[in-house]
Amino acid sequence: MNYTNTIKISVNALKRNKFRAFLTMLGIIIGVASVIVMLAIGEGSKKSIANQMSSMGTNLIMVMPASQQRGGVAMGNSNAQSMTLNDIAAIEKDCPALSAVSPEVRSSGQAVVGNSNWPTSVYGVNNKYLGIRKYSIKSGRGFSEREIQTYAKVCLVGQTIIEKLFEGKTDPIGQSVRFKGIPLLIIGVLTEKGENGMGQDQDDLIIAPYTTVQKRILAITHIQSIYGSAVSEEKNSEAISQVTNSLRKSHKLKDGEIDDFQVRSQAEMVQTFSSVMNMLTILLGSIAGISLLVGGIGIMNIMFVSVTERTREIGLRLSVGGRAHDIMMQFLIESVLLSIFGGVIGIIFGMMVTYGVTSALGWGMIIMPEVQALGFLVCSAIGIFFGWYPARKASNLNPIDALRYE
Amino acid sequence: MKKTIIEVKDLKKDFYMEEITVHALRGINLEIKEGEFVAIMGTSGSGKSTMLNVLGCLDKPTSGSYMLDGISMGELSRNELAGLRNRKLGFVFQSYNLLPRTTALENVELPLFYNSEVKPKERRERAIAALEAVGLADRMHHMPNQMSGGQQQRVAIARSLVNDPVVILADEATGNLDTRTSYEIMALLQDLNSKGKTIVFVTHEPDIAKFMTREVVFRDGHIIREDMVTERYNALELLKGLPAEELV
Ligand SMILES: Nc1ncnc2c1ncn2[C@@H]1O[C@H](COP(=O)(O)OP(=O)(O)OP(=O)(O)O)[C@@H](O)[C@H]1O
Ligand SMILES: [Mg+2]
Repeated sequence: MNYTNTIKISVNALKRNKFRAFLTMLGIIIGVASVIVMLAIGEGSKKSIANQMSSMGTNLIMVMPASQQRGGVAMGNSNAQSMTLNDIAAIEKDCPALSAVSPEVRSSGQAVVGNSNWPTSVYGVNNKYLGIRKYSIKSGRGFSEREIQTYAKVCLVGQTIIEKLFEGKTDPIGQSVRFKGIPLLIIGVLTEKGENGMGQDQDDLIIAPYTTVQKRILAITHIQSIYGSAVSEEKNSEAISQVTNSLRKSHKLKDGEIDDFQVRSQAEMVQTFSSVMNMLTILLGSIAGISLLVGGIGIMNIMFVSVTERTREIGLRLSVGGRAHDIMMQFLIESVLLSIFGGVIGIIFGMMVTYGVTSALGWGMIIMPEVQALGFLVCSAIGIFFGWYPARKASNLNPIDALRYE
Repeated sequence: MKKTIIEVKDLKKDFYMEEITVHALRGINLEIKEGEFVAIMGTSGSGKSTMLNVLGCLDKPTSGSYMLDGISMGELSRNELAGLRNRKLGFVFQSYNLLPRTTALENVELPLFYNSEVKPKERRERAIAALEAVGLADRMHHMPNQMSGGQQQRVAIARSLVNDPVVILADEATGNLDTRTSYEIMALLQDLNSKGKTIVFVTHEPDIAKFMTREVVFRDGHIIREDMVTERYNALELLKGLPAEELV
């Protein structure tokens, strides 16, 4: 018996039982496709959570004044005036683990354009702030060093401000928005960022040079907080300790004196999220397992259902001189062909459904080769095994028993 | 002196069930020579099919010896038996046992697929020749469900012929057919036999046995009688005598 013959026999058997072949493949197609789709959806939601988190900046470092005690009375954070622009200069010099640093002074109040007004906040910052907080400019420009030095009355606005104060007008650039009596010329518009993980609107803000906010709006010389970016997420803790050392030095704190500021990182938030992530990973694993199980049982059923008819076929093949080995090879080749075709169609089908779902949800297309390989391998293995195993049993029967099988 | 094709000595076959053991064959001695056309007769349950299955190497005997064309079956492995069925035996079943959704030609080719010495071209030619021999050359590309029972049985006979076996074994091959079609099948088998093919044919109809050269009668797993057929029927002549209504 040569293999060309066996392959010919297998292909003939598949051709003349197209419907059965289709049903078998369907089991494999559904198994493979469901694993791919399920895991893609899981992976997509995982990614979208991760994206939201990194939209807040995972390497963000924040410095606030620490609550101070004066004569046993807690003064609260906002009154603290311990941080100044000198601290920024010192941090820029002392902290190689930080890639950017910006002061922040903040004022809340009504923003007014014509007859409309809207309660919001103006953030006084330098031109590195946008990068640190992951904002980007949609149209217009950021402010220049010169505008910072001259307390220029310029600002950038978020999408919410445009919605609330410039209904209908698409381009507010060149217009002015009044804040606490100061007209600020809009020179740029920020790209929409949506809500952050805590549901705060990140587009409801006006950004101006810190000098402008300090001198013209708040009339202060200190700064309220410092924002910086660690070089990478891994350098977060190094950045925190460098900033701490730098500030202790510039605040002339002696050993044993407590910090008059506190340094925090976004990474602390990330840690809270990571337990959620772990849950999600476990969930994904179970979904994959269940999909494979369901697909596998489907394949198994179809394979077993066709056994009666095929046992008689095997009996006939044995009675005209087929050896058990020839018959097992025939069924093996049949199930390998079905599994490969079914697996490939399943992958294509799964990717199509994934594409439909992810584009409906506004995610990017998710392709996970390892999941495709896993689905393909597991389903083909099941298909091949359950195609071959009944054949093996049947071909070890006496020919007459296989022929009479009911 | 004709060559001995089948030689069976003290052959026994028991079926072991949960409670009881069925002694289907209780010590059979039988010799069949080349060119014989042997009828195996007997009542239902007498062991005819069991005997034929053992002769066809489809089932193993419990004890006894069986020589086919000079080869002792006792010592052969499963694979060797398969090879023997492939080269030396042709089997015709009562229920035809054709592969469904498969053309007559491919059904007839089936045994040759398991003989690697036969090349595709030869396989096709031999299958066509076998179909011609049973008068079905024009039905070559028809599926079993497009053919009558008689035609399906002729395809099955063509399949049993295609490997040029030393003996054709048929179990109630006319059992599902009407008289006229049975006679047609018998005519075909008589023709093959006249050309030298050895045939063993199981039937419980005494009428059908009259077409053959020898009757072997079974009862309860024993051979109770062996006779040469006197007044042998000629199927072709009988067919001529049949009224046309028999077709209904
Ligand atoms: N696979 C089997 N398992 C158990 N008993 C069997 C089996 N095959 C046959 N028998 C028994 O062996 C005996 C002989 O059966 P066999 O089929 O040879 O009879 P037969 O002469 O062919 O009858 P029929 O004319 O009805 O076909 C019967 O009693 C039957 O019940
Ligand atoms: Mg019988």
